[in-house]
Amino acid sequence: MTESTVLVKDKTVVAPGQALANGMEFFPGPGTYREGDTIRANQIGMLTVDGKVLKTTPLAGRYTPKVDDVVIGRVEDILMSGWRIDFNCPYSAVLPLQDATTDFIKKGADLTEYFELDDFVACKITQVTSQNLIDVSMKGPGLRKLKGGQFLRVNSAKVPRLIGRKGSMVSMLKDATGCQIVVGQNGVVWLNGENEALAVTMVQRIENEAHIPGLTEKIKTTLEKETGKKIDMAAIQEEERKQFEERKSFERKSFERKRFDRKPRFNKPRQKAFKK
Amino acid sequence: MAYKKRYDGRGFNDTRPIEATAGVIKNADGSAHFKIGKTEAYAAVYGPRSLHPRFMQDPKKGVLRCFYGMMPFSGAGDRVRPGPNRRSKELCLVIQKALMPVLDLSAYPNAVVDLFIDFPQTDAGTRCAAICAASIALADAGFPMRDMVTAVSLGKVEDKMVIDLDYQEEAHEDGDVADIPLAMVPSTGEITLLQADGFFTADDLKGGLADIQPVVEEIAEQMRAAVRARYEG
Repeated sequence: MTESTVLVKDKTVVAPGQALANGMEFFPGPGTYREGDTIRANQIGMLTVDGKVLKTTPLAGRYTPKVDDVVIGRVEDILMSGWRIDFNCPYSAVLPLQDATTDFIKKGADLTEYFELDDFVACKITQVTSQNLIDVSMKGPGLRKLKGGQFLRVNSAKVPRLIGRKGSMVSMLKDATGCQIVVGQNGVVWLNGENEALAVTMVQRIENEAHIPGLTEKIKTTLEKETGKKIDMAAIQEEERKQFEERKSFERKSFERKRFDRKPRFNKPRQKAFKK
Repeated sequence: MAYKKRYDGRGFNDTRPIEATAGVIKNADGSAHFKIGKTEAYAAVYGPRSLHPRFMQDPKKGVLRCFYGMMPFSGAGDRVRPGPNRRSKELCLVIQKALMPVLDLSAYPNAVVDLFIDFPQTDAGTRCAAICAASIALADAGFPMRDMVTAVSLGKVEDKMVIDLDYQEEAHEDGDVADIPLAMVPSTGEITLLQADGFFTADDLKGGLADIQPVVEEIAEQMRAAVRARYEG
C-alpha cells in the first residue's frame, strides 16, 4: 500500500471534486467523499483536518431547517387550526394552535386576533420530517411576535459568527446600542431601538468580515468609539449565562410537564368549562 | 487535402483562452461568468425554492430546471430571436442531463433549483460553455456535488482530430467537419454528454477521448480555482 498524504493545507477553501488526500489512512467526514484511493471535496467549504478525519464546513448555501433552531418568519396563511409561516427557506412551516398560545381558543374562533397575515414572529423549530414538513412553536423564552423595528437579511452561513461564542457578539451589540435584537438561524435579523442605524451597520460589517480572526475585539473598539461608553464584557457574559440558565430550566420544566401528561388522568378533577 | 494549421494558429489539442469567475450576479444564490475564446456565458442559480405547478414536483429529490438563451445581439450580426425555440429546448434538456449525475438534490424534495444561462456573445461551443458556467454557478451556490462537470468540444476537420472548435472551423468548407460536444466528470472520466454531428471513425473517437482527458482536467482546475477565489476573500 502506498503512503497516505493530505494534499491540501488545513483551513483552506476547497472546491467540489478537488482531491484532498491520498491513501486509505484518512477517512471522509461531512462535505467529503472517497473515490477509490482519494478523498475529494463534495461542496465549496473550508477544510478541517481533524486527526484522521477530513471534513469541510460549508461556506455557501441556503438555510436548511434543523430542530431547535430559532428562526424569524412571516405569517403567510391562516389555516384551520394554526398558521403557515414563511421563513426564507424553500419549505414553509406550520405553527399549530396549541404551540402558539396558552389561551383557550374556541372552535371556529378568529385566529387573526393572535397572529394576522404578514405579522413577523420569532419561533422555534420543533420538528422536521424527511419531506421537510416543518412544525414550529412559540413556547419558550424570547419567542414572540416582533412589532416595529426593522428586518435585515444576512447569509445564514454567517449567523454563527453574528451570534458569537455563547452569544457574546450579539449581547455586546445589544448592550452597546441599547437595541432589541433577535437573530434567526435562517439569516433574518430583527432590530428595534433608538440606535438602530449603528446596530444595522455593525451587523452588516460582521457579515462582510465574518472570516477575519479577532473580529469581536475590533467590533468592541468601534462600538466604544461610536457610543463613548465602556463595554464590560464580564457583565455581558454574566447576563448571557443567566439567560442560558433560564432557557435550560424552561426546557427541563416542559420536559417534566410532558412526562406528567402521560400519567392516567382518571383521578384528576374535571376541568371547568372555560369562558370566552 | 489535409488540414495543416488551425485558423487562429493554436495547436490541434489546445483550447481557446479561458476566463472563469464566480459570484458575478449578486442577487443570485450562485453565479458564474465563463469565457472561452469569443464564446461568453453567464450562469445564475436561484434556489432551492418551492416548485409550482405541483405536478412538476418530485417527492424524492429536488428538480434542476435549466433555461438556455442566446441574447438577440449575440450572433454574427443577424438578430437572434429571443425566447425558447426548438434548439434551445433541446440544449436545456442536455445541459440538465449532463449536470444531474454529479449533483445531489436529495435534501430538497418537492423543491426546484433554477439555472439560467445566457450568452452575450457566441462563437460556437455554446453548450459546452453553458455546462462549465453552470457547474461553477452551482458550486458557488453551495450545492453538494461530486465534481464539477466540464465540457469541451471534440471535432474532426478534414483528416485531423481537434479540440474546441470555433465557428470558423465548424463552417470549414474545404472538407468534412465533425463536431462532438462532450461533457465529462473530470475525477472519474465518466461521460455525461456526448453528441455528434458529422462523419468520423470509432478509432478517431477513441484517440480524441484519450487526448481530451488532460484538457478537461486542466479546465476543471481553472473552474475550481474560480470558485475558491470567490470565498478566499
